[in-house]
Amino acid sequence: MASAVLKISDTVYAQVRQHGEQTYPHECCGVLLGKALDGTNEVEAAVRAGNTRTDSAHNRYHIAPQELIAIQRQARERSLDIVGFYHSHPDHPARWSPTDFNEAHWLGCSYMITSVETGVAKQTNSFFLSGTGEDDKRFEDEEIRVWPERC
Amino acid sequence: MKIHIPTPLRQFAAKQATVTVEAATVGEALDELTLTHPELKKHLYSEEGKLRAFVNVYLNDEDIRYLSEKENTAVTDSDSLSIIPSIAGGSVVLSQ
Repeated sequence: MASAVLKISDTVYAQVRQHGEQTYPHECCGVLLGKALDGTNEVEAAVRAGNTRTDSAHNRYHIAPQELIAIQRQARERSLDIVGFYHSHPDHPARWSPTDFNEAHWLGCSYMITSVETGVAKQTNSFFLSGTGEDDKRFEDEEIRVWPERC
Repeated sequence: MKIHIPTPLRQFAAKQATVTVEAATVGEALDELTLTHPELKKHLYSEEGKLRAFVNVYLNDEDIRYLSEKENTAVTDSDSLSIIPSIAGGSVVLSQ
Protein backbone atom coordinates (compact mmCIF):
# COMPACT_ATOMS: atom_id res chain seq x y z
CA MET A 1 0.00 0.00 0.00
CA ALA A 2 1.31 3.42 -0.89
CA SER A 3 2.21 5.63 2.08
CA ALA A 4 2.63 8.89 0.19
CA VAL A 5 -0.59 10.65 -0.76
CA LEU A 6 -1.40 13.17 -3.45
CA LYS A 7 -4.60 15.13 -2.88
CA ILE A 8 -6.13 16.79 -5.92
CA SER A 9 -9.56 18.17 -6.79
CA ASP A 10 -11.62 16.49 -9.46
CA THR A 11 -11.41 19.69 -11.52
CA VAL A 12 -7.61 19.84 -11.56
CA TYR A 13 -7.37 16.07 -12.02
CA ALA A 14 -9.58 16.34 -15.10
CA GLN A 15 -7.50 19.26 -16.43
CA VAL A 16 -4.33 17.19 -16.18
CA ARG A 17 -5.88 14.24 -18.01
CA GLN A 18 -7.44 16.46 -20.69
CA HIS A 19 -4.05 18.02 -21.37
CA GLY A 20 -2.70 14.58 -22.26
CA GLU A 21 -5.60 13.99 -24.65
CA GLN A 22 -5.14 17.37 -26.30
CA THR A 23 -1.43 16.91 -27.01
CA TYR A 24 -1.78 13.27 -28.15
CA PRO A 25 0.19 11.69 -29.84
CA HIS A 26 2.75 13.91 -28.12
CA GLU A 27 3.56 13.96 -24.44
CA CYS A 28 2.08 16.78 -22.42
CA CYS A 29 3.76 18.19 -19.32
CA GLY A 30 2.98 20.60 -16.56
CA VAL A 31 3.57 21.64 -12.98
CA LEU A 32 1.47 20.98 -9.89
CA LEU A 33 1.23 23.85 -7.41
CA GLY A 34 0.07 23.41 -3.84
CA LYS A 35 1.33 22.65 -0.37
CA ALA A 36 3.44 19.83 1.02
CA LEU A 37 2.22 18.63 4.41
CA ASP A 38 3.86 15.66 6.14
CA GLY A 39 4.20 13.35 3.16
CA THR A 40 1.02 14.59 1.52
CA ASN A 41 1.24 16.85 -1.48
CA GLU A 42 -1.97 18.86 -1.75
CA VAL A 43 -2.45 20.19 -5.25
CA GLU A 44 -4.33 23.45 -5.71
CA ALA A 45 -3.59 24.14 -9.36
CA ALA A 46 -2.00 22.63 -12.43
CA VAL A 47 -0.04 24.86 -14.76
CA ARG A 48 0.46 23.70 -18.33
CA ALA A 49 3.95 23.87 -19.70
CA GLY A 50 5.29 23.56 -23.21
CA ASN A 51 7.18 20.44 -24.19
CA THR A 52 10.49 21.60 -25.64
CA ARG A 53 11.30 18.12 -26.98
CA THR A 54 9.82 18.79 -30.39
CA ASP A 55 12.39 16.38 -31.85
CA SER A 56 10.88 13.44 -29.96
CA ALA A 57 7.66 14.74 -28.41
CA HIS A 58 5.87 11.39 -28.68
CA ASN A 59 8.09 9.83 -26.04
CA ARG A 60 10.08 12.60 -24.34
CA TYR A 61 9.28 15.75 -22.45
CA HIS A 62 11.29 18.62 -21.11
CA ILE A 63 10.15 21.87 -19.53
CA ALA A 64 12.31 24.88 -20.29
CA PRO A 65 13.97 26.18 -17.10
CA GLN A 66 12.85 29.71 -17.96
CA GLU A 67 9.26 28.53 -17.97
CA LEU A 68 9.83 26.83 -14.63
CA ILE A 69 11.24 30.06 -13.20
CA ALA A 70 8.09 31.88 -14.32
CA ILE A 71 5.87 29.15 -12.83
CA GLN A 72 7.84 29.22 -9.58
CA ARG A 73 7.29 32.98 -9.48
CA GLN A 74 3.54 32.48 -10.03
CA ALA A 75 3.54 29.97 -7.18
CA ARG A 76 5.25 32.45 -4.83
CA GLU A 77 2.72 35.15 -5.70
CA ARG A 78 -0.08 32.74 -4.78
CA SER A 79 1.72 31.56 -1.60
CA LEU A 80 1.99 28.09 -3.11
CA ASP A 81 4.91 25.80 -3.83
CA ILE A 82 5.81 23.51 -6.68
CA VAL A 83 4.76 20.12 -5.27
CA GLY A 84 4.90 18.02 -8.40
CA PHE A 85 4.81 17.58 -12.13
CA TYR A 86 2.71 15.70 -14.60
CA HIS A 87 3.21 14.27 -18.03
CA SER A 88 1.53 11.79 -20.33
CA HIS A 89 2.67 8.53 -21.87
CA PRO A 90 0.97 8.26 -25.27
CA ASP A 91 0.16 4.60 -25.98
CA HIS A 92 2.37 3.54 -23.11
CA PRO A 93 1.57 2.43 -19.54
CA ALA A 94 1.23 4.95 -16.71
CA ARG A 95 4.40 3.71 -15.05
CA TRP A 96 7.63 5.59 -14.64
CA SER A 97 10.32 4.70 -17.14
CA PRO A 98 14.10 4.57 -16.59
CA THR A 99 14.19 7.93 -18.40
CA ASP A 100 11.67 9.39 -15.96
CA PHE A 101 13.74 8.13 -13.04
CA ASN A 102 17.11 9.28 -14.35
CA GLU A 103 15.77 12.74 -15.01
CA ALA A 104 13.80 13.14 -11.78
CA HIS A 105 15.54 15.51 -9.39
CA TRP A 106 12.77 17.11 -7.36
CA LEU A 107 12.90 15.13 -4.12
CA GLY A 108 9.69 15.25 -2.14
CA CYS A 109 7.65 16.02 -5.23
CA SER A 110 4.98 13.99 -6.98
CA TYR A 111 5.32 12.82 -10.56
CA MET A 112 1.90 12.10 -12.10
CA ILE A 113 1.76 10.06 -15.28
CA THR A 114 -1.33 9.53 -17.42
CA SER A 115 -1.48 6.82 -20.03
CA VAL A 116 -3.23 8.08 -23.16
CA GLU A 117 -4.37 5.34 -25.52
CA THR A 118 -5.35 6.37 -29.04
CA GLY A 119 -6.14 9.84 -27.78
CA VAL A 120 -8.14 8.85 -24.68
CA ALA A 121 -6.79 9.30 -21.14
CA LYS A 122 -6.81 5.98 -19.32
CA GLN A 123 -4.87 5.21 -16.17
CA THR A 124 -3.32 7.99 -14.07
CA ASN A 125 -0.71 7.07 -11.48
CA SER A 126 1.49 9.13 -9.24
CA PHE A 127 4.97 8.48 -7.88
CA PHE A 128 6.61 10.24 -4.98
CA LEU A 129 10.33 10.91 -5.36
CA SER A 130 11.80 10.08 -1.96
CA GLY A 131 15.36 10.01 -0.67
CA THR A 132 17.95 12.56 0.34
CA GLY A 133 19.86 12.96 -2.91
CA GLU A 134 20.82 11.50 -6.26
CA ASP A 135 22.46 8.48 -4.64
CA ASP A 136 19.46 7.16 -2.76
CA LYS A 137 16.49 8.65 -4.60
CA ARG A 138 13.64 6.31 -5.48
CA PHE A 139 10.11 6.46 -6.79
CA GLU A 140 7.39 5.26 -4.41
CA ASP A 141 3.87 4.49 -5.51
CA GLU A 142 1.66 7.32 -4.34
CA GLU A 143 -2.05 7.15 -3.63
CA ILE A 144 -4.08 9.75 -5.55
CA ARG A 145 -7.02 11.06 -3.54
CA VAL A 146 -9.38 12.97 -5.81
CA TRP A 147 -11.82 15.15 -3.93
CA PRO A 148 -14.98 16.75 -5.37
CA GLU A 149 -14.53 20.50 -5.74
CA ARG A 150 -18.20 21.25 -6.33
CA CYS A 151 -20.41 20.61 -3.32
CA MET B 1 20.23 39.80 -3.05
CA LYS B 2 17.65 37.05 -2.85
CA ILE B 3 18.23 33.44 -3.79
CA HIS B 4 15.08 31.43 -4.43
CA ILE B 5 15.41 27.84 -3.25
CA PRO B 6 13.33 25.15 -4.99
CA THR B 7 11.10 22.87 -2.93
CA PRO B 8 13.44 19.82 -2.82
CA LEU B 9 16.45 21.79 -1.59
CA ARG B 10 14.72 23.72 1.19
CA GLN B 11 15.34 20.88 3.63
CA PHE B 12 19.04 21.73 3.26
CA ALA B 13 18.48 25.49 3.67
CA ALA B 14 16.72 25.60 7.05
CA LYS B 15 13.39 25.13 5.21
CA GLN B 16 13.60 28.60 3.70
CA ALA B 17 12.06 29.37 0.32
CA THR B 18 14.25 32.44 -0.08
CA VAL B 19 17.69 33.13 1.33
CA THR B 20 19.09 36.66 1.40
CA VAL B 21 22.84 37.07 0.91
CA GLU B 22 25.22 39.97 0.53
CA ALA B 23 27.36 39.55 -2.54
CA ALA B 24 28.94 41.49 -5.38
CA THR B 25 28.92 38.66 -7.94
CA VAL B 26 26.92 35.55 -8.77
CA GLY B 27 29.80 33.39 -7.55
CA GLU B 28 30.01 35.22 -4.22
CA ALA B 29 26.27 34.81 -3.74
CA LEU B 30 26.45 31.06 -4.31
CA ASP B 31 29.51 30.79 -2.08
CA GLU B 32 27.75 32.58 0.73
CA LEU B 33 24.70 30.40 0.29
CA THR B 34 26.72 27.18 0.58
CA LEU B 35 28.80 28.60 3.42
CA THR B 36 25.66 29.35 5.42
CA HIS B 37 24.00 26.09 4.37
CA PRO B 38 26.86 23.64 3.71
CA GLU B 39 24.51 20.70 3.08
CA LEU B 40 23.39 22.38 -0.12
CA LYS B 41 26.83 22.09 -1.66
CA LYS B 42 26.71 18.44 -2.68
CA HIS B 43 23.27 18.94 -4.18
CA LEU B 44 24.42 21.85 -6.33
CA TYR B 45 27.96 20.85 -7.26
CA SER B 46 29.72 17.72 -8.48
CA GLU B 47 32.82 16.41 -6.69
CA GLU B 48 34.87 18.40 -9.21
CA GLY B 49 33.17 21.56 -8.01
CA LYS B 50 31.14 22.09 -11.19
CA LEU B 51 27.49 22.98 -11.08
CA ARG B 52 25.62 19.71 -11.58
CA ALA B 53 24.28 19.28 -15.10
CA PHE B 54 20.66 19.10 -13.97
CA VAL B 55 20.89 22.18 -11.75
CA ASN B 56 20.04 25.44 -13.46
CA VAL B 57 20.85 28.76 -11.84
CA TYR B 58 19.21 31.84 -13.25
CA LEU B 59 20.16 35.43 -12.58
CA ASN B 60 16.77 37.06 -12.95
CA ASP B 61 15.72 35.52 -16.29
CA GLU B 62 19.13 34.47 -17.60
CA ASP B 63 20.94 31.17 -17.23
CA ILE B 64 24.27 31.95 -15.57
CA ARG B 65 25.98 29.40 -17.86
CA TYR B 66 25.30 31.76 -20.75
CA LEU B 67 26.29 35.02 -19.10
CA SER B 68 29.50 36.36 -20.65
CA GLU B 69 31.06 36.81 -17.21
CA LYS B 70 29.42 33.65 -15.81
CA GLU B 71 30.00 33.45 -12.01
CA ASN B 72 31.91 36.73 -12.12
CA THR B 73 28.81 38.62 -13.24
CA ALA B 74 28.17 41.59 -10.96
CA VAL B 75 24.92 41.66 -9.01
CA THR B 76 23.00 44.20 -6.97
CA ASP B 77 20.56 43.85 -4.09
CA SER B 78 17.64 44.12 -6.48
CA ASP B 79 18.73 41.08 -8.51
CA SER B 80 17.59 37.59 -7.67
CA LEU B 81 19.02 34.16 -8.28
CA SER B 82 16.75 31.17 -8.84
CA ILE B 83 17.95 27.61 -8.46
CA ILE B 84 15.84 25.29 -10.56
CA PRO B 85 16.56 21.58 -11.09
CA SER B 86 15.59 20.36 -14.54
CA ILE B 87 12.32 18.65 -15.37
CA ALA B 88 12.37 16.02 -18.07
CA GLY B 89 11.55 12.41 -18.79
CA GLY B 90 9.36 10.36 -21.02
CA SER B 91 8.32 6.86 -21.90
CA VAL B 92 11.37 6.16 -24.05
CA VAL B 93 14.35 4.32 -22.55
CA LEU B 94 17.54 6.36 -22.65
CA SER B 95 20.22 4.87 -24.86
CA GLN B 96 22.97 5.62 -22.39
